[in-house]
Amino acid sequence: MKDSDIRKQLYSNEVSPQQKQYLSNYLKTNKRIKRWQYMILILFLLLWQTAASFGWIDPFIFSSPGRLLKCGLSMIKDGSLMYHTGITLLETFVSFFLVNLIGILAAVILWWNNTIAKIFEPYLVVLNSLPKSALAPVFIVWLGANMKTIIVAAVSVAVFGTILNLFTSFQTVEQDKIRLIQTLGGSKKDVLFKVILPGNIPAILSQMKVNIGLSLVGVIIGEFLAAKSGLGYLIIYSSQVFRLDCVILSIVILCIVATGLFLLLSKIEKHME
Amino acid sequence: MNSFLSVQNVSYVYHTITDETTALKDLSFEIHEGEFIAIVGPSGCGKSTLLSLISGLIVPDTGSILLDGKPLSKSDKHIGYMLQKDHLLNWRTLRKNLTLGLEIQNKITDENLCLIDYMLETYGLISFRDTHPDHLSGGMKQRAALIRTLILKPDLLLLDEPFSALDYQTRLTVSQDIFRIIRKEKKTALLITHDISEAINMADRILVLSSRPGTVIDNIPICLTLDSEKTPLTAREAPEYTGYFNKIWKELNRHEGL
Repeated sequence: MKDSDIRKQLYSNEVSPQQKQYLSNYLKTNKRIKRWQYMILILFLLLWQTAASFGWIDPFIFSSPGRLLKCGLSMIKDGSLMYHTGITLLETFVSFFLVNLIGILAAVILWWNNTIAKIFEPYLVVLNSLPKSALAPVFIVWLGANMKTIIVAAVSVAVFGTILNLFTSFQTVEQDKIRLIQTLGGSKKDVLFKVILPGNIPAILSQMKVNIGLSLVGVIIGEFLAAKSGLGYLIIYSSQVFRLDCVILSIVILCIVATGLFLLLSKIEKHME
Repeated sequence: MNSFLSVQNVSYVYHTITDETTALKDLSFEIHEGEFIAIVGPSGCGKSTLLSLISGLIVPDTGSILLDGKPLSKSDKHIGYMLQKDHLLNWRTLRKNLTLGLEIQNKITDENLCLIDYMLETYGLISFRDTHPDHLSGGMKQRAALIRTLILKPDLLLLDEPFSALDYQTRLTVSQDIFRIIRKEKKTALLITHDISEAINMADRILVLSSRPGTVIDNIPICLTLDSEKTPLTAREAPEYTGYFNKIWKELNRHEGL
């Protein structure tokens, strides 16, 4: 329930005084939590700015909120901020889409044929445990320093875990639900489309929430190594030319992008319920 | 009367890496059209295996099962199966759950959809047709599960301990409801249960199964003297009730070696 709805109850005649007391305490606690969340951010920014202004830290290396703002405004003006952010977002969405598509398809195939699942299991386990960042340099050599490499790198980060997790949740569907479809005269295809997939929508959505983060990680790794644009490129390039303002700004934007994507998926998840 | 379902010398063995288990051995019995048969047996006597065999989900190792004189695979009769739990799918509304079998069998017609609404109306569920199953009580769900089975117009109804997941009070009401529904729709039914009184209360005839490997050890027609019509609740008042109960109880224990 939203705070504003609870506040309405405080003025309603149907609520007992004790309940009102309880609700107002609840609202107070909520308010205190919110206040502290903002306070920490503001205090941190103030402290950072003060430290930079009074020369306690070197603003050339540690930057400062003021410098970030200036850097951000100039980059918005010349359009480079939107450009790099847009490239990273595009790559993230493409990889995210591919990871989920490949992940679901592969998990369905493994579920469909138990022998195939058994055969591929050790390979999937090995590939899943492998640190995928180790593969990125290989992809560059194979595919060239372009967007293809970045997307392949990002897909490789998330896809194996997705296959394994989805396959496991497909298998944990109650045996009797499968039997139900069989007793109603259904085939394996019916079991898949009537029970396995619809029953696993929550599992698929929570896997997607993990995957959006992993895709972003993969894209940034790829951009570190093989890009001429994107936030990952911006971070690496700016650090090499010692423009720390720009590095930190890119990181701040990454924070915002990651949170935004996560919230977007949470919203979709809620909508599906 | 000729037999509607005939199970002849059926055996079935389960294989695992460590051992093999004979679930059913040389099992034979017959059911006539319109009869309500109950099968009781100790746990692990192969009751569920038997239902899987009759519904054609698995094929017997030896012996044969005839439905209306024809082997199962060639029969044009339809078998309905009611599982222990309702297994209504939470992501579908009640009505969407009931159309599940029709969807699978490509039988969504206006006539069948009307029939669903008619049955929802008759069995007191019409106001819940667009709710999701998690908002329904255990009894309602079990009734809905029965409608889901009946909508496919089965000629033979298999009931696999359909009340065992319910609490005692719901169990009595639901068994009463379901008994009425089955009688009203004039179905041939085979009820599998471990509850002796449930078997006596509902069935016309009881088959007692031995423990593993399961085989029929007794065949008891139930004749109750009652003032009113037989229902699972009135059946308890019949003078013969205790006699039947004790007889079956002894049979079961004798064969469990107690």
